Amino acid sequence: MAATLEGLERDGLVRAAAEADAVDGVRPELVAEPASVREASELLRAASRAGLRTVFAGGGGKLGLGNPPERLDLLVSTRRLDRVLEHAAGDLVVKVEAGARLADLQGALAPAGQWLALDPPEPDASVGGTVAANASGPRRLRYGTVRDLIIGITVVLADGTVAHAGGKVVKNVAGYDLGKLFCGSLGTLGLIAEATFRLHPRPAAASVVTLDVHRPEQVWEATGRLLRSTLEPSAIELAWHELDRPGRLTVVFEGIRPGVEAQAAAAAPLLGEVGQAEVLGPGGTEAALAQLGALPWEQAEAVVKAACPPSGLPRALVGLREAAGAHRLGDIRMAAHAGTGIVRAGIGGVRSAPPAGPRRDLGERDARDLQPWEPMAGFVTAARERLAALGGTLVVTEAPAELRRAVDVWGPPGDAIELMRRVKRQFDPDRLLAPGRFVGGI
Amino acid sequence: MDRAQLIRRFIDLIGPQGVISERNQLRTYECDGLASFRVIPSVVVLPETTGQVRGVVRACQEAGVPFVARGSGTGLSGGALPVADGVLVVLARMREVVEVDLDNQRAVVEPGVLNLQVSKAVAADGLYYAPDPSSQQICSIGGNVAENSGGAHCLKYGFTTNHVTGLEVVLPDGELVHLGGKAPDPPGYDLLGAFVGSEGTLGIATKVTLRLLRKPESVRTLMAAFGGTDHAGDAVSRIIAAGIVPAAIEMMDALAMEAAEAAVHVHYPEGAGAVLIVELDGPEAEVEHQFAEVERLCQEAGSTTIQIAEDDERRALFWKGRKSAFAAVGRISPDYYVQDGVIPRTALPEVLGRIAELAGERGLRVANVFHAGDGNLHPLVLYDAEVEGQEERAEELAAEILLACLEQGGSITGEHGVGFDKKEYLPKQFGAEDLEVMQLLRCAFDPEGRCNPGKVFPTPRLCGEAPGPRRVHPAERAGLAEVF
Repeated sequence: MAATLEGLERDGLVRAAAEADAVDGVRPELVAEPASVREASELLRAASRAGLRTVFAGGGGKLGLGNPPERLDLLVSTRRLDRVLEHAAGDLVVKVEAGARLADLQGALAPAGQWLALDPPEPDASVGGTVAANASGPRRLRYGTVRDLIIGITVVLADGTVAHAGGKVVKNVAGYDLGKLFCGSLGTLGLIAEATFRLHPRPAAASVVTLDVHRPEQVWEATGRLLRSTLEPSAIELAWHELDRPGRLTVVFEGIRPGVEAQAAAAAPLLGEVGQAEVLGPGGTEAALAQLGALPWEQAEAVVKAACPPSGLPRALVGLREAAGAHRLGDIRMAAHAGTGIVRAGIGGVRSAPPAGPRRDLGERDARDLQPWEPMAGFVTAARERLAALGGTLVVTEAPAELRRAVDVWGPPGDAIELMRRVKRQFDPDRLLAPGRFVGGI
Repeated sequence: MDRAQLIRRFIDLIGPQGVISERNQLRTYECDGLASFRVIPSVVVLPETTGQVRGVVRACQEAGVPFVARGSGTGLSGGALPVADGVLVVLARMREVVEVDLDNQRAVVEPGVLNLQVSKAVAADGLYYAPDPSSQQICSIGGNVAENSGGAHCLKYGFTTNHVTGLEVVLPDGELVHLGGKAPDPPGYDLLGAFVGSEGTLGIATKVTLRLLRKPESVRTLMAAFGGTDHAGDAVSRIIAAGIVPAAIEMMDALAMEAAEAAVHVHYPEGAGAVLIVELDGPEAEVEHQFAEVERLCQEAGSTTIQIAEDDERRALFWKGRKSAFAAVGRISPDYYVQDGVIPRTALPEVLGRIAELAGERGLRVANVFHAGDGNLHPLVLYDAEVEGQEERAEELAAEILLACLEQGGSITGEHGVGFDKKEYLPKQFGAEDLEVMQLLRCAFDPEGRCNPGKVFPTPRLCGEAPGPRRVHPAERAGLAEVF
């Protein structure tokens, strides 16, 4: 393979990988940082000729999502593809290279009073990584997710083919919508090199109403009231640190000052029917917004993302807690995008809850024989069943590689899996891109 | 399987009342809303269940026959144009609203359900379905899914693709798959996003899960008249620059107003060169404040008169004028061609000027009706087919308008689709590699190219040999492609 890539090495396009470049303990042989679409195309063409297994990285925050790589020869970083190519402020559109940090992009858009309405929690998220991982945050309630905002894309396939879809106008139905196909595809179909998005005006003001919740049912009692009302919150977020203490629901209104104040004033009595609601003052609002979407744990052994229709939230919360309890995983902390039906749970992990003796579900086996990941795997299975009963899913989004090898991080893929495999075969017939990482081992 | 056998198989599947094979009856289905292309299909079937759709598609697979799905047939790009040797699958009898989930604000409907029927079904609960194409009284949800239909209010609320969260799809080989659902973020590829807007080329949707929205607390609508489209365009720019996202901003020029006036008597101001309809909706305090600002911005941009809809009746009249404008043009011209192109909104003055210039060169008139907020133009090219050469000139002009849109970095279609009509223009918007890569998706869904063949792409990509003896590719047999 070295021979094939020699030319690229001479040009400084690839370098030997260091220990720090390892993904899930698998160290690639080579690392490349193309600085243009053309370079990326040349690189991938050469890499595919050499049969290199390739993983793409943006900010690196989502490299742990999915199954650990089966094999990894080349790591392609989009770090140097970081330019904002065109900001058409009057058209509320921006075209940007994939490696640009989302935070930097927001900074570049701010002077025009605009923003890309994505607020994933990862501070170093790149634009391309956000698209590839379909990352989202609290304000998805109002603005939707990447798929709702992306209007154009440039991709580089495994064989170096460069293709565009969409364009730079918001309304456009010409050709297939490959932009959406690549949302959440996690580097398994091709490299996302450039993306074009529709933008939104930056809201001028915000008001926040909070509600303490003591029982999981209250989460839906409050959220359902908001969704049935004519109020238009940007976010309804739940953070629940410890389940024997109350959790907090944070409801955010954003827009023009008179509008958000009126909405907060109307929301307070509505939430007051459920529990103790409070309209925050300016200081509290600022603090709440700074904390919005922050996960209520510093470190967790594993993080799962559960999704269900919003009315199923209380049962999802209870199901997660009970599944964790049944497998003696100790502390579980939960946060939810309550308005959209997404729960993220941080689980303390096997080490923080040593088994106190043989367990019923393990039969005769001595607990000391337990593999460290077994309780967690049991939790995932049990929690997934609870979610499936609600019409939902559960994905392990963060966990040590050995755990992710031991459990199915994605869960049952549904009846479209064969079709997904066919899509993968069309785009990456030699299975060079992040093999095994995605749903169903794609 | 020959035609007679196929027909017998269909009759066994759905009964004689759901199979049409007499030539004079087939003629009813020879075109969709774009009547300039007509093809009589071999057979028309009207299935009533998902199982029947699967049976029909399987039979087509076995017989190696292409098929085309059709909803209400209101499409304007020939997307539901039949294939001569193929089967037309009409979904109009699958009209059940299967489920309404008020808590989660979702409706599950069959593809033949009409767009407006969804909003009517949930109106009593204070909900509605947002995408509102002008044809919403008769167009079907299945057709909306195929075309990714927009409408006047997509400036704020997005298109069909933003409001479909789940699909049940019969694939071209008869397999049934479920994409998405009511829960967010299903793991796996967003095939739902790829399917919506694929113009019937990837399969047949047999159930559609729709997002329902709460009716806004307040809706305010105004109609502002201007001396010309430049001033009206300036008003639009000012509104967007102020950080306001109206539910809709629609523009009509003098000729479009003349036509609409003749049809619905809106009483547009005398001598106006353009009107804007601006609608804001949302929480009352916000709407009231921004509505006053919009009024002020229109005045600053030189609006001559501003009429405010005092009540729903008046608002409905504003919209009736706008939504009936296409058909109304028939009152001022014997024939007309509806174009659909998109430009970056800021290029509006330039492109409108170019359209006027192009029309002048050909001695034709163009009425402009468009979604000004998102740069989606609907120039209506007026002509008289009785006058020698006018039809050709009108077609040329319509084509030139598309090229003018592309020069500005726009698109050849914002909501009507590529279909049969514009497939030759797709390569002007995308490169050969772009189109090849798009068709990889087609090959994954429909490797034999039997699902709505001859649409969207000018040159179908052959998807590689299936294992086994060499077979004649159906697209090849239908004369749509050659194998080299």
